[in-house]
This record gives sequence, structure tokens and C-alpha cells, in this order.
Amino acid sequence: MRAKTTDKIATFVICFFALFIVALLVGLLGFILARGVSHISFDFLTSAPQTLRAGGGIGPQLFNSVFLLILTLIITIPIGWGAGIYMAHYAKPGKITDFIRLVVEVLSSFPSIVIGLFGLLLIVNTFNFGFSLLSGALALAVFNLPLMVRTTEQAFRAVPKEQKEAGLALGLSKWKIITSILLPAALPSLITGTILAAGRIFGEAAALLFTAGMSTPPLDFTDWNPLHARSPINPMRPAETLAVHIWKVNSEGIAPDSKDIAAGASAVLVLLVLVFNLSARWFGRVVYRRLTAAKRMD
Amino acid sequence: MEPVEGKAFMEQNKRSQVMKERHYWEEWTGRIYTSVCVVFLVAVIVSIVYFVASKGVATFAMNGVSLSEFFFGTKWSPDGEPASFGALPFITGSFAVTILAALIASPLSLCAALFMTEIVPKSGKRILQPAIELLSGIPSVVYGFVGLTVIVPLLRNVFGGQGIGILAGCLVLSVMILPTITSIMADALSSLPGGLRESSYALGATRWQTIARVIIPTLLPALLTGIILGMARAFGEALAVQMVIGNAPHIPSSLLESASTLTSVITLSMGNTAMGSVHNNALWSMALVLLLMTFIFVLLVRLLERRNRI
Repeated sequence: MRAKTTDKIATFVICFFALFIVALLVGLLGFILARGVSHISFDFLTSAPQTLRAGGGIGPQLFNSVFLLILTLIITIPIGWGAGIYMAHYAKPGKITDFIRLVVEVLSSFPSIVIGLFGLLLIVNTFNFGFSLLSGALALAVFNLPLMVRTTEQAFRAVPKEQKEAGLALGLSKWKIITSILLPAALPSLITGTILAAGRIFGEAAALLFTAGMSTPPLDFTDWNPLHARSPINPMRPAETLAVHIWKVNSEGIAPDSKDIAAGASAVLVLLVLVFNLSARWFGRVVYRRLTAAKRMD
Repeated sequence: MEPVEGKAFMEQNKRSQVMKERHYWEEWTGRIYTSVCVVFLVAVIVSIVYFVASKGVATFAMNGVSLSEFFFGTKWSPDGEPASFGALPFITGSFAVTILAALIASPLSLCAALFMTEIVPKSGKRILQPAIELLSGIPSVVYGFVGLTVIVPLLRNVFGGQGIGILAGCLVLSVMILPTITSIMADALSSLPGGLRESSYALGATRWQTIARVIIPTLLPALLTGIILGMARAFGEALAVQMVIGNAPHIPSSLLESASTLTSVITLSMGNTAMGSVHNNALWSMALVLLLMTFIFVLLVRLLERRNRI
């Protein structure tokens, strides 16, 4: 065959498969939304699930997911940013730094179910936290930390070197430079990275099966004392998240409308993840525009 | 310059002393705080390996299940008389779905990456990149749900049978790992050493000749890295696979027969077994296998990266 013909065929095949992936995404999102959105209503979003009758909602699960996300971020942000700063500014090239890099790499490739099992063994049983929001948040923190460390390191490395040098010329300490000059400059990409990570935490389920548990006690949304067993903000109560609920309804749901509930909950989950994704992009673009505009002013 | 004298001199000296001390403390808070964070990461990984390994090894060391029975035994009946703990069906299942998913996803990903970098770099990136990112953002349980409501009935209609099985599992997984492989391949392609592509075109090679004979051979290790990382993700994925694979504890004879993977068995059985029982320990041994496979995948990636550097 002539080289030109082969080239044409290859180009066609590559374009075909690339567009196939776009079609796949459109089809997938279209299916999830078309199948689920009609089932979303205010009642569905706020009422409690039913095990045997039709008409159950996802209220407590939705609340649990959001609350768990917040708890996880409270744990991961200080540690993840700290470790990321270490990698960007304190680590000297050498064996130890290589080792830490390997640790982050291995940690980020661990299957989430293994992290869930580890949580079961250490946090739930040994520390005796039981199936609770706190156990779930700690397990998710393990899952989320490597990602956080990597994005933080990148964000700090992306700050122009001159800023650091200017700080050194002023005679500031390294830590002062990091917290008062570099951190504000890196903050936009740190926030973008954190929002993207939040999207991933939100959809995670396997690590939560054995840590946050697969059930939610009946919640009393008028009781905001974190020490009460039925209070929604008690961190020591078991909590089933939206993602876990979808899994449970699909694999063992016996309510007559369990398929619809799975569809509605999937649509809600995907919409929320889309919101995280789009807001991270939007935030990144706004900050970028502001920074570049500031440069033009000089 | 006039010398600073007397009181003023003392004052300045004292101030710089204070500054120095403050510096000293600031320097150390930063150093200690960030180091503690890093030490925490190391402690986490050490304790994961220690706890999972100590539980996983107990099956062999304390319960007397032999290694050969676990790895090569085909009969899994933990409650039988006598109980047998052959995990080969699950190990086979895990490898089967992982390899098949990689076989489906890799060519697709390569096409997508080539489309973004070689064919229409600008508009390709604008259309395909967001699509890939969104695909990677969709939670795995949602993939499981779609698999259960679309792929399983489809397979049932086309091939007959129940629809659940290895094929359904690897189709779901291949879509899930597509973004991972594509983004790593696209990164590799766009970081191609300068001039190679242009030289090939200058010699009169067509685009496909350039891709097939220059670009792909040069970047092969980096492209393989993407595939390995995708496989690592597929191997460890639990819930989406569990939903569509059917979870039968035997080695299937066809792609459409119900099967199990290591992750799906752990997911289903861990909650129903008592801590410390042989059955439970055998599940931990499977978790240990997952852990060891992670190390193997990371090792492979490292080896490939080293080859890429030269």
C-alpha cells in the first residue's frame, strides 16, 4: 500500500476512536442524567431512605457525604500542605527525598479497599473508634493525602523563584517567606487542587464500607449537640455516604423502586462531582485572569 | 558613615539579637512542622504494610493453610468440611479483568492521546481534554450502576446467558482506566524531545510513518507506564467490578460466566466473617496479595521510567 493511503487510513482510525471517547462521555453523562434527573425532587433530596417501601430519599446520605468531606479536608489540609511544602522547600536531593517520593507514589497507588481494610483494623478495632464518621474521615485522609502532597508541591514550585529571593534579600526567615510570600502566591492553585481532590473524596466508596459503615442511625436534625447519639454532627456515629448508598441499593436493594433510587442518587452524585470540577476550573480561570491583568498594569 | 555610638548602638544590637532569636524559632517551627507531616506519611505507609501483612501472613503461619493451597487451589469453600482455601479463581479473575481491560483501553487511549498531540493539537485539546477529565471524575459506583443497567442487559441480549461476568467487568473497567492511560500518554507525547518529529517530517515521512516509526518507539517506555498505572487501578478497583461480575467462586470457562476477583470477594465477605477466623484471615491474605501487586506495579513503573530517561 502506498504510504499516503496508509497515512489517511491511520488518521481516520485515530480520529474515529478519539471522537468515540467523546461520544462515550456524552452518552454516559446523558444516560445518567436522563435516567436520574426526573427522580430528583426536594423530597428525594431531604427524606430518609426506605428499606421495604417505595419512595425513599437520600437526605441523611447527602448530609453524611458533605460532612465527611469537611472532616476529611480538616484532617488532610494541614498535613498535606505541610508535607507538600517540605517536598518543595526543605527536601534536599538525596536518598531520603527519593524515599519520601516513593512513599507518596506507593501510597497513591494503594487500592482504596486496602486502605478501607487498614482503617477497619487500626482505626475501627484497635483505636476502638467503631464504624464512625471520624474513622471514615481518617481512612479518606490516607486516600487523599498523596494527591494533596503532590498538588501542593507543584503549586509551590510554580511560584517564581524571584519571590523567594526577594524575601531572602529582606532577611526574612525561610518559614516566614513560605507563609507570608509563597503561600499567598500558591494559594489559587492549592485551592483548585483541593477542590478537585474534594470531588474524588465525594465519590469514594470502597474505603468507607469498613470504616464509616453501611448504615445511618435515625438522625434528629433539631439536635446539634455533637455528643448526642442522634445528632447529625456527632463525629462518632456510623454514616453511610451517597456513594456507599448507591452501591448498597444496587447490590442488595429490595425496595420496589430501588433502581430509580440508584438512578436518582447517581445523577445527584455526578452533578455534584461536575460542580466540583467546573468550580475548580472556573476558580482557576478567574485567578489566572486576575494575575495576568495585574502583570499588564505594571 | 557615622559610627553608631553608645545607647543607640546598644539598642540596635539588642534588636538584631531579638530578630535573630525570632528567626531561629521561626526557622525551626517551619522545619519541625513540615518534617512531622512527612514523618506522618511514612508512618502511615509502614503501618498499612505492617497491619495488613501481619493479618495476611496469619493464614499460613497460624491457621496452617499451605501457600500452595492458597495460590494454586481451585476450590474455595471456607465453611466446608474439610474447609479449603484455594484463592486461584479470584487471582485468575483479577488478572483476567485487568489484562482484558488494559487490552481494550490502551489502543483507545493511544488514539485519543495521538489525536490530542499529533493530529489536531489545539481543538483536540479543547474537546478531548475536558472529556477525559470528566470521565476520570465520575465515581466508580456510578460506573457500576451504568454497567448494571446498560452493559449487563446489552450482553444478555446479544450473547444470551446472564450478562454478568468477566466481560461485563472488563468493559466497565476499561472505561474507568481510559482517562488514566490517556492523560499519561498525552503528557509523554507532548514532551517529545525537540526536533525528532520535525526531522522525520523533513525527511518526507508521512504523519503515520512518523508516529509509528519515530514517536511510538521513542516513547514506548512512557506509554507503557501509562498502561501499567491503568492496570494498577483496574486491579485494585472493588465496587464497580463487584456489581457486574456475578461473584461466583470458581474459574469461569467463558467470558460470559459469573466470576470473582480478589477485591469483590473481600468486599462481599469481610463484613460477614468473624475477626480472627480462618475465613477472615484468608481474606486478609488476599488483601496482602493486592498490596504486593501494588508494589510490583510501582516497581514496573520505576523501571520503565529509568529506561525512559536514557
